Amino acid sequence: MPPFLYIFLGALAVVSALGVIIQRNPIHSLLALIATLMTVAILFIGEDAVVVGFLQIIVYAGAIMVLFLFVIWLLNLQVETGPTGHLALKLFGSLAAALLVTELFFILAPPHLQVKFTHEPVGYGSLASLAGTLFTDYLVAFEVTSVLLLAAVVGSVALARRLPGTDDPRAARKIAS
Amino acid sequence: MIPLTYMMSLSAIIFAIGVAGVIIRRNILVMFMSIELMLNAVNLAFIAIGSRLGSMDGQVIVFFVMTVAAAEAAVGLGIIISIFRNRETVHADDLTLMRW
Repeated sequence: MPPFLYIFLGALAVVSALGVIIQRNPIHSLLALIATLMTVAILFIGEDAVVVGFLQIIVYAGAIMVLFLFVIWLLNLQVETGPTGHLALKLFGSLAAALLVTELFFILAPPHLQVKFTHEPVGYGSLASLAGTLFTDYLVAFEVTSVLLLAAVVGSVALARRLPGTDDPRAARKIAS
Repeated sequence: MIPLTYMMSLSAIIFAIGVAGVIIRRNILVMFMSIELMLNAVNLAFIAIGSRLGSMDGQVIVFFVMTVAAAEAAVGLGIIISIFRNRETVHADDLTLMRW
């Protein structure tokens, strides 16, 4: 990946990540988040993680973000909300984030983090090498993940469904008013 | 190849923006999006270090993080829908039942 492309993508990622937390409308936050995820996916591809980069686009920007969009529309939240939160909270949050960045710079900067540079083996990042690692070293974790997904599906359906016999409080309130 | 420090710095910045979002914003959905932002920052660090070590482990862990994020999004949005149905709010400050 040429350096100017890294600078461009990095700036784009930071700006759109800021957009996520600055926009007042949740839909705009979501669009900024999709832009961030796309940019990070391109960075993945630039780092020779081609399969994971495309998975990021398909799974994150495709599936999970559509789920968010669906919930925002279902709950009718696409209205502009006024400024929320206290000024002290915003100051504290910004200060905490700035401190965190400084701390992470100190932790991650050389010479603490001297990774021995090795040449990537042939076929690094390909589907075959990913699957080879996934289905040998991480086979147990992979199988456990399927149980996790099943539990998540059952759990989310159980959480979001309306119990039979209980009235919808919103409908009841609408009738009462 | 881009120096490792640059990639880690970008990852740190995006992570901190996610932390700030969770602290500052009071909309549960936007707080949730900030959590996704943090997960992605960590994924970026995994990919960067993995490609410099020539090891596939980083990419496999990113794969697992994505799976867990999908499960988390499904359950979390189910909880948000449930809260909204009962309380008609997605504002975190309005939910004070378990606060002292």
